[in-house]
Amino acid sequence: MKERGWTEIPIGGVIEEAGNAAAYETGSWRTYRPVWNSETCIHCLRCWVACPDSSIEIADGKVTGIDYEHCKGCGICSFECPVDPKAIEMKLETDFAKE
Amino acid sequence: MTGNDATAEAMRQIAPDVVTCFPITPQTELMHKFAEHVADGDVDTELVLVESEHSAMSAAVGAAAAGARAMTATAANGLALMWEIVYIAASYRLPIVMPVVNRALSGPINIHCDHSDTMGCRDTGWIQLYSENAQEAYDNTLQALRIAEHPDVLLPVMVTFDGFILSHTAEILEGLEDAEVKDWIGTYEAKYSILNTDDPVTIGPLDLQDYYFEHKRQQVEGMRHAPDVIREIGRAYGELCGRSYDLFEAYRLEDAELAVVALGSTCGTTKVVVDELREQGVKAGLLKIRSFRPFPEAEIAEALGNAKAIGVLDRSISFGAPGGPVHKEIKAALYGTGHEIGIVNYIYGLGGRDMSMNDIKTAFAGLEKVAREGTPDDNIRFLGLRGEGGV
Ligand code: SF4
Ligand code: SF4
Repeated sequence: MKERGWTEIPIGGVIEEAGNAAAYETGSWRTYRPVWNSETCIHCLRCWVACPDSSIEIADGKVTGIDYEHCKGCGICSFECPVDPKAIEMKLETDFAKE
Repeated sequence: MTGNDATAEAMRQIAPDVVTCFPITPQTELMHKFAEHVADGDVDTELVLVESEHSAMSAAVGAAAAGARAMTATAANGLALMWEIVYIAASYRLPIVMPVVNRALSGPINIHCDHSDTMGCRDTGWIQLYSENAQEAYDNTLQALRIAEHPDVLLPVMVTFDGFILSHTAEILEGLEDAEVKDWIGTYEAKYSILNTDDPVTIGPLDLQDYYFEHKRQQVEGMRHAPDVIREIGRAYGELCGRSYDLFEAYRLEDAELAVVALGSTCGTTKVVVDELREQGVKAGLLKIRSFRPFPEAEIAEALGNAKAIGVLDRSISFGAPGGPVHKEIKAALYGTGHEIGIVNYIYGLGGRDMSMNDIKTAFAGLEKVAREGTPDDNIRFLGLRGEGGV
């Protein structure tokens, strides 16, 4: 998103457009990255219900992946995941630094 | 009317949509009076009685964010307690008007007048209008609403007047007719309302490294527009009732060699002293600051340009800084103008210490010496203080 100058934005920090949080990418805040395993996931959707940032992507009632542009890495999805071993594993972002 | 009654009268005539209220001496009678108007059905204001000043300002912010005309009033420690939200009101650009009855900040605890409360607030982003008497407190309150709501400004305004000296002493008030006030303030259409579900907006979201700076710059712009708006509204007010207002008042200043700069009720006393000194052939004058925020530095520097010595009266201390807050602004205003003027700072009246005509004469006598000999080493003086260093 192109950042605008002080004369180009509403005063007082008002956000005029409803529901535009999707345009604000919070993925860079993450320390731990949730890594989803499609092999072991039982599609119970607990992670989808619990994620505070609506970052569990689903289609037709099944998990399809994780939205890393908005996931803040809180780990709730992994905590809530009922399978053993967890179908979502939290891994340090720095481990992905070379990618 | 007392200053408190006069301000409550202005509020009755404004009849804000929402008034939030928590009592503190010497503001208590102001809100007491206004609450009576609400109880008597004189106004249809929603009076929100809260449990602290922090809540009073928070509720005013909420009301203003919903598009209401919102007011509250406070003093001293009450202002200190609402501090956090005072900044928020300004940064959200909510045109709240708040009379502040100047009182010394604790401690040691003291309920009498000085300007430490509002001077501490000088960087909060609020416009600050200081009043010389109850009439001005009334007039400033009526003008503050228009200034705050002006689309080029959209900043909250503090109207200050001296605790007890003005808040509790009676003088004759020339009020406007209710209908005149209704016309004067018109109706207010807020640009945004958090309650407008047809056009939903978010007020007060997180604002980090990417946009906070830009929003601060916008506040600077609102403040930059304020001087013209304050002047324009001050002129229009004069056309309405014969009492016009500017950013400051130059009293016998044009040819003055010895100039005193002050704000608040001390200006009235100083005018009497100036008149006396003039009769004795001393070229004395007064610059009374009305708008301390925004501070009209260029105009003030020009108005003081003919003086040979300036005495700046400060009713508060800026600990560890070179002099009081007014003193520093005046020095900064004169910097680079090429005028080599001797400036002395007189800290006075802390905790309600009386500021008599004799004290002001002492200040002028000091200025006479400065005019002859230039800025002395002891250029920060304590007027009316007992013991070493007092004058
Ligand atoms: S780590 Fe937190 S934000 Fe990211 S997908 Fe899991 S629950 Fe959502
Ligand atoms: S909680 Fe675990 S098993 Fe359930 S859908 Fe999410 S990843 Fe799959």
